[in-house]
Amino acid sequence: MTKELLKGNVAIAEAAVRAGLEAYFGYPITPQTELLEYLSQRMTELDRVFLQAESEVAAINMVYGAACTGARVMTSSSSPGVSLMQEGMSYIAGSELPCVIVDVMRGGPGLGNILPSQADYFQVTRSAGHGDFHPIVLAPASVQEAINFVGLAFDLADKYRHMVLLVADGQIGQMMEPAELPPMRPLQKNVPDWALTGAKAREKRVITSLYLKGEEEEAFNLKIQKKLKQIKKNEQRSVEYATQDAELLVIGFGTAGRIAYSAVEAAREKGLRVGLLRPQTLWPFPERRISELADQASGCLVVEMNAGQMVEDVRLAIGGQIPVTFYGRTGGIVPMPDEILAAIEESYSRLQIAV
Amino acid sequence: MDLVMAPPEMQVVYEHPRSLADVPTRYCPGCTHGIAHRLLAEAIDELGLQERAVLVAPVGCSVFAYEYFNVDACQAAHGRAPAMATGLKRMLPENIVITYQGDGDLVSIGAAEIMHAAARGEQITTIFINNAIYGMTGGQMAPTTLPGQKTTSSPLGRDTRRTGAPIRMSEVLAQFDGAAYIVRRSLHDVANIRKAKKAILTALKVQMAGLGFSMVELLSSCPTNWGIAPEKALDWIEQNMIPQFPPGDYKIHDAVKTL
Repeated sequence: MTKELLKGNVAIAEAAVRAGLEAYFGYPITPQTELLEYLSQRMTELDRVFLQAESEVAAINMVYGAACTGARVMTSSSSPGVSLMQEGMSYIAGSELPCVIVDVMRGGPGLGNILPSQADYFQVTRSAGHGDFHPIVLAPASVQEAINFVGLAFDLADKYRHMVLLVADGQIGQMMEPAELPPMRPLQKNVPDWALTGAKAREKRVITSLYLKGEEEEAFNLKIQKKLKQIKKNEQRSVEYATQDAELLVIGFGTAGRIAYSAVEAAREKGLRVGLLRPQTLWPFPERRISELADQASGCLVVEMNAGQMVEDVRLAIGGQIPVTFYGRTGGIVPMPDEILAAIEESYSRLQIAV
Repeated sequence: MDLVMAPPEMQVVYEHPRSLADVPTRYCPGCTHGIAHRLLAEAIDELGLQERAVLVAPVGCSVFAYEYFNVDACQAAHGRAPAMATGLKRMLPENIVITYQGDGDLVSIGAAEIMHAAARGEQITTIFINNAIYGMTGGQMAPTTLPGQKTTSSPLGRDTRRTGAPIRMSEVLAQFDGAAYIVRRSLHDVANIRKAKKAILTALKVQMAGLGFSMVELLSSCPTNWGIAPEKALDWIEQNMIPQFPPGDYKIHDAVKTL
């Protein structure tokens, strides 16, 4: 395989096709529309299911229906559309169905803008719909990583019978960069033993999220929590740069993490003992590794393209052990490496480093 | 003369439909959901569809429809059954996908989903229970509530100047090219119940033949929330609902005659 120049949205779409996507339902919204456009042709050529729904509400409920058959199903949207999808996402979680949802985030509340933003960290990690659950949330920082995460997303969704969100921002969705696509995987043949297929020569199956009795609902909720605990144990993912001897730990995800990498490199050139951890899973949050690094570091700086959301999870992971500072830009403003470097230098200067 | 006659050949003339689960339902006494369930189950049996059917239950009184039918089933978000059914049918084109929805579900919160499913000619069948009120939540005004009808959210009677007039959804959906079979029937007496059964059979045959979207609207009673005794509630359908919602054939695809 060779690298090609690929646009993020298109790369995600093709990666999904190659991961065995059987059905896609979506609704146009910038900055992810190319994903839907690409699949409208590609899925039809492959004789797979593509449907442009009348709304995000309908799209996610079509996903809900298709996921009931055990198929690999996906939708994609952007912040306001994801708000509309939250109802269906909650039903999908409450019915323990696998599916993949791509969210190319917009900036700001309401209609917001289409510039790169990480404004929806809370929305995607703090349950993505009513009820007591978290989806699995993957956050790529490049087109290549987005491609890799699509396959992972489907595998995790099937493994845990759980919804997986792949969250990017407009920069990753719209950017073209060299990346390599995986080979085409065959469509899965096995129909899971819970899928609706028609009760032929077997008992009927029911998919529901309704439990009238408190005891039954609690038992189901505990089952979900048990699963989430497993996911938390097994699936925390992050990448690091120069953390071995870092006094200041910089943490950023997605595009912010990628830009922070350049800033950390520049800080190292200046002789500052700074390292970077970039969470790849936002839920489960890589708290185990962050907690370990907090044992050796003297301070932590969190960089986000929002007003400070993931920083709350960092503080929970660190538990007051070392000071945590924050630098963020909002509204679709992408921080420059020198801005982050300045924030690093300021945080670094405040550290009480034992010599 | 020998008065002892030989027993005639025994023949089953009435039995519990296989597709109807033998369980107590949560429906109120006198509610016509039971009749609608039985008719649908009989139709599924008679067409040999039990092993192919997938039922989408709504939010509302019939939320537990998945417990009452012996077919694969799932439970949709409020109003979204046609979207969920679309996802199912696109993945299972050989199966028979049925939504069962009330008037709050279908006409109010799910108006967009049902209209677009009909417009797309989605190969699904909808059983639409119109009882002019929200049942599950305790008798609030629905888009189908009659002018002047008292409900818990229109205690002085529905004032059409402020809340609009009832929506006749069969007439609305009949406008879409994708709709192949749209009819309204009533469950208030035996003759009409028989007609309703025939319509449900036809609607399922429309789906089997792939002609497009099919829906049977059934005028139904809600004695509990109307505050009327079950028998009188049937009269109320005839006297009050039928003038507002005339039974009839609103869209019949040319090929339906050949089914």
